[in-house]
This record gives sequence, structure tokens and C-alpha cells, in this order.
Amino acid sequence: MLHKSPHPDLHEPPLVQIRGLAAGYHGNRVIDDVSLDIMRNDFAALLGPSGSGKTTVLRAIVGAADVYAGDVLFRGESVRKSRPRIGYVPQLEAIDWNFPVTVEQVVLMGATRNAPLFPWFRRKDRLKAGKILERLGLDGLANRQIRELSGGQQQRVFLGRALVSEPDILLLDEPTAGVDMKTRDDVLHLLDELNHQGIAILMTTHEINAVAAHLPRVICMNGRILADGTPRDVLTPDVLKATYGAEMPVTEYRGMTLVAETPHRFGAAARNGGSSGNGNAGTGHGHGDNGHVHEEVVAEVPACD
Amino acid sequence: MTEPFEFEFFVRGLIAATMVGGLAGMMGVYIVLRRMSYIGHGLSHAIFGGAVVSFIMSINFYVGASIWGFLSAVLIQWTSRRRSISSDAAIGIITTASFALGIALISRTQTFTRSFDAALFGNILGVTGSDLVAITVVTGAVLIAVIVGYKYLLFATFDTEVAASYGVPVRWVDTAFALVLAGTVVVSMQVLGVTMIAAALIVPPIVARQFTGSFTRMMVLSPLIGASAGAIGIYLSWFINVSSGASVVLVASGFFVVSIAYTSARGRLLTARGRAGSA
Repeated sequence: MLHKSPHPDLHEPPLVQIRGLAAGYHGNRVIDDVSLDIMRNDFAALLGPSGSGKTTVLRAIVGAADVYAGDVLFRGESVRKSRPRIGYVPQLEAIDWNFPVTVEQVVLMGATRNAPLFPWFRRKDRLKAGKILERLGLDGLANRQIRELSGGQQQRVFLGRALVSEPDILLLDEPTAGVDMKTRDDVLHLLDELNHQGIAILMTTHEINAVAAHLPRVICMNGRILADGTPRDVLTPDVLKATYGAEMPVTEYRGMTLVAETPHRFGAAARNGGSSGNGNAGTGHGHGDNGHVHEEVVAEVPACD
Repeated sequence: MTEPFEFEFFVRGLIAATMVGGLAGMMGVYIVLRRMSYIGHGLSHAIFGGAVVSFIMSINFYVGASIWGFLSAVLIQWTSRRRSISSDAAIGIITTASFALGIALISRTQTFTRSFDAALFGNILGVTGSDLVAITVVTGAVLIAVIVGYKYLLFATFDTEVAASYGVPVRWVDTAFALVLAGTVVVSMQVLGVTMIAAALIVPPIVARQFTGSFTRMMVLSPLIGASAGAIGIYLSWFINVSSGASVVLVASGFFVVSIAYTSARGRLLTARGRAGSA
């Protein structure tokens, strides 16, 4: 690990303790020797390339991944033995949007175990779901079919499902994927607000600069934990190279850490007779037609808090 | 018009077909939404194998076929949990093997004299009082299971993996589902026949889906459509002299055509209104 956790001096025990975890699916290890503490007030992001095991960490916490070594403890007890109150929001690409459920029905699913022996959702649960929908700005949409909503609204519906379960921690798998910058900003501000109300949050994302702007803690991983700390400490060229296997220049803008993208150098690639340019350094596009090549491009400037 | 009602066997068959249609329509909602439409077809074939085994071993049909169907459904679920085998492939392998076993046993048993025409194509003439009792018991049991397990079934059907992380006992829900599905197919065989059960399971929820985007309303509409197709199908089969299963399925298919025509017309109307509004 290149950086230490930002919580070395806290006296209270961690909410979630991941100890020497090796996990994956059907015998294939995706993560190995992962150790991580999530504190009660944490708001942290897992960063890493696709296939680096970010989702597997979340799934291991909720007991949905095969564990080969190590353990995940929630309030000191193994998640294999207990059913902790965790609000899990999966990647929305797996959702069947044609399923005939309304916004309210999806949110109420989170209350399924609030009264396990009661066949239907109680009035109390419906009132709570209504309040959460209002808080998420979805009041008036309770009876709409989920397909009819925008991407940002759909994301908030599934966040509502997690919140109605009264979780101690929210685990969100790419909550900002596929939404515009304004919606992404709204989602992150909402999460920040929830975090300030006492809910720990661990999320995965590919939005490095959004993380740097909003989140106090960043964890870089690629099969194992590579760095863990504040964005300023973690988002360094060395850590990013170790994480993504590519040169990713880092710059500062109004006191915020920003990760730049390095565009392909078509001219250089042509001269070298190669086609791969600088590897997988990002998604920036060069302008090779007039001979100008930008060495570094700041990908985007996130909204300031 | 009322002539068939003078015959006790017809009334018995009508009641059986109405209940079986409603039952299949109710179970069909979960089958369609779980994207396992082929399971009804496959399971009915698997249970045919169980029926033959039950007959050879002199075991009560309902007991033997239900156990056989339940084990087949559980085996399908267990097999399809493996990532390398999709659920339709698992259904195809297990149910066809079971059906083949039934055919093989019929071929090998010299003394096999029983006709399985009714089991294959459905025949209300063969609906006995005990069949009616069995259908009533299964319909009641499924109704209770669906009501009691409403929120669990909904969550497990919508998002199985996440449901487990929210404390829904998904394996138990799946096992209970396999049990009631096997029961549904077994009691439907006499009325609808092995070859017609799939349509009775799939068509009513598909028709219901054309009219509503709400799961709860679909759970009410689909059994009503299934029961109506069952009753009308049996009634018509008297006059057009075709097998009961075929008649029920043809009526259900008629409902499907009407529903598609309705949604197409509605879509065109909404598009026209949109154009008029923007003009």
C-alpha cells in the first residue's frame, strides 16, 4: 500500500473490516489479500480499471461473491453469520427496465425484511417510502413505471430502495455511470448529505475527478489495494500508473486535484509504425490532422463545492 | 346454448378448466417475468416421464408426477445457477432427458397398455371428481403461497441477486416456487395436455402486460384472462369438437391477438395526438 488510511487515530472500531480477503466467482479469484476498514462516517470511493475487483469488494461485503480466504466483519461479526443492515445499490445496467414495477414498489422492496412475517408492505413502510421519495425529489412519481424515468431519477429510485432498509452503510456500484454532469453532481451532493447524517458510504466509480472534488477518501485498487487516503495523497501519477497501467498526469485547479488525460499521438504512432499510441492512457482525442498534438488535456473541471 | 351444462362431466371439466386457466395465469406472471417461458413446456414433458414411472411403479399419479416435477424444477434451477449454462439450456437438457426416459420405459415395458393421449393433448371427458379435488387443493395452495410470499416473490423475481443481499431467502423462495410450479403443471395435464400447458402459462401474463405496467394489477388480470380462456375454450370445444387443451389455447391466443391490436391502435393514436400537439 502506498498510502495509509486517513483514519489512523479514531478510537471507535471500524463499521466494516475486510481482512486478507480473496474473493471471486466460480473458482476465479478477482481480488486477493484485500484488507480495508470502513469507519462509521466514511465517504469513500473505490477506483480502478474495469475488472480490478471494485464490484467484487462490494459483493463480498453483501455476501454475493465467493470468498476463498479472509473474512468480512460488520461491527466485529462475520457477514457470513449475520445479516447486517447494508443498503446495496448495484449497477443499473443489470436491471430489467420493462419489468412492470412502479417507483414505489421498487423502493418498498428495501423494506422487505422490516416485517419479515407480514405478507404485504405495511402502512408504516409506505409512509416511510413516501418520505424518502420526497427527500430524493421523486414525489409525484410513485406510481410511474421505472422505465419512464430519466437516468438520474432511476438512480435515485434505487438509492431510495437502499435507504428504506435503514442501512448503516450504503454500497453503491457506479452510481454516477451514464448520467450527465449535473445529475452526477446532484447524486454526489445527495450522498454527501446522507453521509453527514451518519450513513457510511462506499462507492465504486470511474469518475476520478468527481471523486477528487467530492469525496474525502479514495481507495485505488487493481486486484489488491494499492493506495488508500485523501484524494490529494492518493491521486498521484505513481499510484495512478500502478492502478491503471498508464501515465496519468495530475494537476491542481483551485486547490483541487485533477487527473489529466493524455491523448493519442497519431503522428508519433505513425512514425513508430505502431498503432497503439500510448497504450490505454485515457479517452482523449488528439488532433493529428494539422500537426498539433496536445501533450496533456484536463479531462473536465468538476463543480466546486 | 345450455345443452352441454346438462352433462355432469362437462360441468366438471368446465370448473377444472376455469381453475386451471386461472392457476396457470397466476403462475405465468412469475414465469414470464423470470424470463423462463420455456419452463412450462419443458416441465410438462419432464412430468410426462414421471407419470409413466408412477404408472409402472403403481404409485398415485399426483404423488409420483409431483415429486418428479419438483425434482426436475429444482434441478433446472440448480443447473442454471452455473454461469456456463443458461436457464433455457438447463430446461432443455433436463426436461427432454426426463421425457425421453418416459418414452424409453413405455418402449421397454411389454405390458404397457394405458393410453397417454389425454395427458398429451388434454381431455375434459377424463376429469374425475378426484382430479377436481386435486386442482382445488393446488389452486388454494398456490393462492396462499402467492399472497403470503408476495413481497418476497416480487423482489426475488425482479432482482434475485440483490434480493438475497436484502435478506430475502432466495433459495427457499426458488424451491417453494419449483414446488408450486410442479403442482400446477401436474394438475393441468388432464385438462390442457402436456403439449398445451406452456401456452396456458405464458399467454395470459403477456396479454395482461399489454394493458398494465403494474405488477399487482398484472397479478389480478392474468389469472382472470387465464380463467376466461379456460371457461370459453371448454365451452367452445363442445361445439367445435376439438380437444380441450387446443380449444383453451386457441381462445387464449385470440386474446393475445386482440391485445396486440389494441396496443398497436393505442400507440398509433398517441403518436397522432403528439403530432397534432406539435403542429
